[in-house]
Amino acid sequence: MSSDQHLRVSKIQDGTVIDHIRAGQALKVLRILGIDGTNDEQVTVGMNVSSDRHGRKDIVKIEGRELNQDEVDVLSLIAPNATINIVRNYEVAEKRRVDRPEVVEGVLSCPNPNCITANDEPVSSRFEVLDDGMRCRYCEQIVSEDIPSLIDPE
Amino acid sequence: MHLDHLVTSKQLSRADIETVLDRAAEIDANPGAFADRYPDSVLGLLFFEPSTRTKMSFDTAMKRLGGDIVDMGSVDSSSVKKGETLADTVRVIEGYADALVLRHPKQGAAQMASEFVDVPLLNAGDGAGHHPTQTLLDLYTIRENAGLEDLTIGIMGDLKYGRTVHSLAHALTNFDVHQHFISPESLQLPREVVYDLHQEQEGTQIREHDSLEGILPDLDVLYVTRIQRERFPDENEYQKVAGEYQIGPDHLEDASDDLTIMHPLPRVDEIAPEIDDTDHAAYFEQAHNGVPVRMALLDLLLSNAGGETDE
Repeated sequence: MSSDQHLRVSKIQDGTVIDHIRAGQALKVLRILGIDGTNDEQVTVGMNVSSDRHGRKDIVKIEGRELNQDEVDVLSLIAPNATINIVRNYEVAEKRRVDRPEVVEGVLSCPNPNCITANDEPVSSRFEVLDDGMRCRYCEQIVSEDIPSLIDPE
Repeated sequence: MHLDHLVTSKQLSRADIETVLDRAAEIDANPGAFADRYPDSVLGLLFFEPSTRTKMSFDTAMKRLGGDIVDMGSVDSSSVKKGETLADTVRVIEGYADALVLRHPKQGAAQMASEFVDVPLLNAGDGAGHHPTQTLLDLYTIRENAGLEDLTIGIMGDLKYGRTVHSLAHALTNFDVHQHFISPESLQLPREVVYDLHQEQEGTQIREHDSLEGILPDLDVLYVTRIQRERFPDENEYQKVAGEYQIGPDHLEDASDDLTIMHPLPRVDEIAPEIDDTDHAAYFEQAHNGVPVRMALLDLLLSNAGGETDE
C-alpha cells in the first residue's frame, strides 16, 4: 500500500510525492522536472524501494512544490505508472494517476536542427504523443529515445 | 474543396485532389475562360530558397488568372536579413496580398507560418518536409499519362531529403497504387513518412528496394529524383552511389512500352538525354503542368476566400 511506503521516508509538510516510478527512473524524473540541486527545493529520492505491487520502485518527494498539469503530463512519458500525491499540511490533498496526454505543448524542444522551432520564432513546441514516441507538429520528426534530454531549459 | 491553407498533401482527400485535377483539365482545355478571373487579386511570393519552376509557374498562373504578384525578392534584399522572424514577415505581407506562397529551408515553416495568417498560405517546399503543389502537378501528369487506378509506380533516388517524394507518396495512398521505393540505404524514406504511409495503406502496397533491377518491367511510372552531392562525405562515394540510380537507354529494354518517366527537375545526370525524345519522357510536360495545376489551385482557394464567386 502506498500509505505504508510513505512511512519509510519522512513525511513532507507541503509539496509533491511522486510514487510508483519504475525502479531506476527517479533521476530521469528529476531531470524532467528540472531539479538538479541548485534550487531551494528539499528533495528526497528513494531508489529500488520495496513495493508490494512493483517489486522495486523509485519514489521522489519534493518539499514546497506542487507539480502543475503540464509537468504531470510530461512525467507520464517516462513514468506512466507513477502516482502524484499533492501534500498540504502533511496530508494528501490530491491524489491522481498520470494520464498519457495526446499532445504536449511547450516543455520539450524539438531535437531536429532543421525544424522551424529551432529558429528564433515566437512559437511553442508542440508534440503529438504516439504509442512509441512523440512527434513534432512542425517538422513531424518522430522521437522515441531519451525524451528527458528534450526538456526545454526555460 | 475547402482548405484554409495547403501545408501538406496529407490534408488532401481523394475528392480534393480530383477537384483540383479536374479544374486543371478545364483550364488546359479552355484557358481563355479563366483569364481575368481575379483582376483585383494579388499573390505574395515568399521564397527564402532559390526556385525556378515553382516560383515562375505560380507567377505565370496568377497572371493568367488576371491577377498580379508581389515578390519578397531574395532574402539578402529583404528584412529577413535584418533578423526579422518568419512569423513577422508573413504577418506583414498578408496585408499586401490575397494569398501567400512560401518556400523556406526549415521543415515545418509553412505549418508555423499558416498559424499566423488569415489569407490562404500555400507551402511551396519546407526543407526536407513537403511540397504539396508539386504533388498536384505530379498527379495531374500521372493521370494524363498512365491513369491513377491500378497503378504501379517506382520512386527512385533521394527519398530521405526529397520533399516532392514525401508529398507524392502520401497523396498516392488515396488511390489504388502500388508504390516501390528505390534508393541507397543511406537515403531511404524517413521513419515518419513510412509511419504515415503504413497508417494510410496496407503494407503490401509499399515496398522498399536498393535497386531497380527486377522491378522496372512491372512499373507504369518511374519517378526519378536527384541525389545531391552534399549528402555524401566524399566525391567517390557520391559517384559510386549516384551511378546506380541513373536511367539510360539500356534500361528501357526491360521496361514496359507504356512506361512514363517523370522527374521534378532540375536533373543532373539521373536521366540520360537520349530518353528526352522517347515517348517515355514526361518530365518537361510535368514542369509545364505546373501552370494549369497552380491556376486551378489558386482559383479554388481564392474563390473560397471570397476573392471571386466560384462559377
